[in-house]
Amino acid sequence: MGTAFDTIAFKASACDGCGKCMTACAEAKQGASRISIVSGAGEGRFELSLCRQCGDPKCAMVCPAGALAKDEASGVIRWDANQCVDCLLCTAGCSFGGISVDSHTARVAKCDQCDGDPACVKACPTGALEWVTAGSVFKKYGDREDMFVPGLSGCQGCNSELIMRHAMRKIGRNAVLATPPGCIPGMGSVGYNGKTGTKVPVFHPLLTNTASMLAGIRRYYDRIGRKDIVVMALAGDGGTSDCGFHAVSGAAERGEKVLYVCVDNEGYMNTGMQRSSTTPFGSWTSTTPVGEHMRGKTQDAKNLPLIMVAHKCAYVATASTGYMEDLYAKLDKAVEASFRGFSYLHIYSPCPTGWRIPSSKVIEACRMSVDSNFVTLWEYTREGGLRFTRSPDRPIPIRDYVKLLGKYRHLDEAQLDHIQARVDEQVALLRMMAAEPVAAE
Amino acid sequence: MMETKYLIIGSSHAALEALRAIRQADRDGSMTMLTRDGHMPYSPTILPYVVSGRSAPDRAILRDETFFAANGCAFVGNATAVGLDAKGKTVALADGRSWRYDKLLIATGAAPAIPPVPGLDGSVPFHVLRSLDDAMSLRNAMGAARRAVVLGGGLVGLHAAENLAEAGLAVSVVEMRPHVLPGYFDAKASGRIEAAFTEHGVKLFLGRTVVAVDAPDGRSCTVRLDDGGAIEADLLLVATGVKPVADWLSGSGVAVDRGVLVDDTMRTNLPDVWAAGDVAQAKDFHSGTQALIGIIPTAVEQGRLAGMDMAGDSYLKPYAGGVPINTYRFFGRVALSIGQAAADGCGEVAEQEGGGYRRVVLADGRLVGYASVDEPFDVGIMGELIRRRVDLSGCKEDFLSRPLETGRRLMSEGWR
Ligand SMILES: Cc1cc2nc3c(=O)[nH]c(=O)nc-3n(C[C@H](O)[C@H](O)[C@H](O)COP(=O)(O)OP(=O)(O)OC[C@H]3O[C@@H](n4cnc5c(N)ncnc54)[C@H](O)[C@@H]3O)c2cc1C
Repeated sequence: MGTAFDTIAFKASACDGCGKCMTACAEAKQGASRISIVSGAGEGRFELSLCRQCGDPKCAMVCPAGALAKDEASGVIRWDANQCVDCLLCTAGCSFGGISVDSHTARVAKCDQCDGDPACVKACPTGALEWVTAGSVFKKYGDREDMFVPGLSGCQGCNSELIMRHAMRKIGRNAVLATPPGCIPGMGSVGYNGKTGTKVPVFHPLLTNTASMLAGIRRYYDRIGRKDIVVMALAGDGGTSDCGFHAVSGAAERGEKVLYVCVDNEGYMNTGMQRSSTTPFGSWTSTTPVGEHMRGKTQDAKNLPLIMVAHKCAYVATASTGYMEDLYAKLDKAVEASFRGFSYLHIYSPCPTGWRIPSSKVIEACRMSVDSNFVTLWEYTREGGLRFTRSPDRPIPIRDYVKLLGKYRHLDEAQLDHIQARVDEQVALLRMMAAEPVAAE
Repeated sequence: MMETKYLIIGSSHAALEALRAIRQADRDGSMTMLTRDGHMPYSPTILPYVVSGRSAPDRAILRDETFFAANGCAFVGNATAVGLDAKGKTVALADGRSWRYDKLLIATGAAPAIPPVPGLDGSVPFHVLRSLDDAMSLRNAMGAARRAVVLGGGLVGLHAAENLAEAGLAVSVVEMRPHVLPGYFDAKASGRIEAAFTEHGVKLFLGRTVVAVDAPDGRSCTVRLDDGGAIEADLLLVATGVKPVADWLSGSGVAVDRGVLVDDTMRTNLPDVWAAGDVAQAKDFHSGTQALIGIIPTAVEQGRLAGMDMAGDSYLKPYAGGVPINTYRFFGRVALSIGQAAADGCGEVAEQEGGGYRRVVLADGRLVGYASVDEPFDVGIMGELIRRRVDLSGCKEDFLSRPLETGRRLMSEGWR
């Protein structure tokens, strides 16, 4: 397994150029700010120049004094003031202005991420700067045992495979797993020729009875005193929100102690990309085609996680592989809650084949779905109510997100407006539930 | 006869970067680095700081034995290559040993070029500055000397002149051309640098050539100039430029012009022989022809490409061409230059003079050169704008009035 590092991320759309980050940095470092916010191309747009802590740091490669080196533990490019001879060659190595002359000292200065607690991020009032700890997540779990066989036959770039492998790597061997019909068993996790494709007990229920079977399994483990087994499903959106819904709803209402993970790729992708009740408005699917008369799906998606909130589950949350640290934190809570009651985790999962996106754009699609509020990241507990885990403020326009996806290529202005309106409505409702003030405009 | 898959001759920037690139694509292929130096790898660029005492010689070392062990590369010092048999794929060393290779990298860099001046043929003792031993001997000599003459007002000469002046010597610099650091800076920029030297008591003899050097008593010497003038010195440093170390390749069949001629993946004309760094004559970004650009950034880039090609790395992209870069500190001040910054007549020139001086050269709405004195800028960003030929016509005014901000903005926008 390679290495990954935590990083300071910049969201240009959220930056209002207030400069608090620079003040905080200059104060923390007692010199020139290592982070620089500059005016962007248009009115009210801003850009960033900051050391990117490159994996292949050219500043270090051109240094004649051995004063710059990548710290293997933190990933920070460290500058050694004693070794440095002030020749400034490093400034010729950096393409982003990440190391430059501090006029206070006439020496170079660069970001050291404040040893994992960056002052600039703490000072940022808009969320434009974020301390992303996905690197730590990767380092912590990357070397753990993969619970699936290598060579599952998912499509190239399959995001659901990523979710399965991540989730089970974290949960570990003490689990019993149900994979109802869908991509997840379809790509080989239930196995072939009498052998399973997973390293935990796995079974293949019907679409209709997944939650009921899990309820029985949990009750049996309770009876024999095994309190340590995670009883769980990795199910698709069709199997959860359509054909399996009555069983899910019943188990939730009875408070069965089960972890139910719904991997939502917005349709029946395994069987040929038919629409499901979570397929969003306007999407092309094989049963909501685009032609002379039809322009994709004419109904809006069902918001299943909200419906699960109405069941007053022990835990309900939404997640996206675009924000792994958030997903991991929720997995922890979801597993813990599944020993107390019904625990429901809804993970949005762009499908490169069914959504018509290049596999290289899948994670970008995840991020943009969140950044546009098409997907909202939140969690619910009975005690704490509903709470956003990422701010829905300053979203990018929905148009920027949907234009990434082939399944929306045909959308006309009216359809785009419809989607934007539904997204805004949804966020307003969630804000009310979260007891957050609704945005003024 | 010793054998190795990858044989690298030289142990400086080009060589070390090639090692890194090879190991990225080939973890196990046997590798050997030979160098005529007696020390572990160091950079010639550090030498002025060794002379001044700021860097202790042992702190100048860039890689130690542990590094070579960890990277599976045998490091052999005091090994001077004297001949190449490209058919037999062997390199002969001065001590009679020889090495057989699968792939060879010539990274022997450059060495001081001594001008054909009577007296500099060995009869008058003088110093040069290219190796750690040179630096230590200059540092030793500095203590006993009072008057120094430096031949050459290039980077090496000026660095050394500053060291000598700061050490209390009376220093004279003789430069053939009308200004110091020609090629990197225009007359105005050079003028600022020259003034600083003059202020610090250094005498500059610009536009003067040395016609002879003699040392009647064998200790102090007299430097005679073309205008009839003469300068007395008890320390003489020759820094009139460098030439690629390619003499050892004569008769090998490797094509050498001023340096070893290489293509865009640093291959020479012979199979399985690459060259990189100061020894190589590779594509110049501006002219497209093969030229010598003896600086660290090009040595590193060329070393990387050579290493990737030697190891068959599929991510190899051909060389875009070298861009001259100079980051220069003098008496605590800063002078920076990249690209065609001193050029006249190649485009539109915008000069700005206040506390600092800057000179921006544009051609076809694109940046081709940038230099400044006393006004630092992001050299790497300007380098990217030059190399990517970024069209600045949409933001030209911003760029000329606020180049630092605008450059940062363009790189941030383009590469998030
Ligand atoms: C005083 C000084 C200041 C400088 N300042 C700057 C600066 O500010 N910025 C900048 O970019 N550049 C500067 N340079 C230039 C820079 O140091 C060179 O461009 C760079 O070192 C080139 O690296 P290289 O690997 O090609 O060759 P070199 O550094 O020349 O190394 C050549 C290597 O080959 C070995 N070698 C030579 N011949 C043989 C042989 N026959 N057999 C075996 N081994 C051999 C040598 O021992 C050495 O290890 C400066 C140079 C000097 C001397």
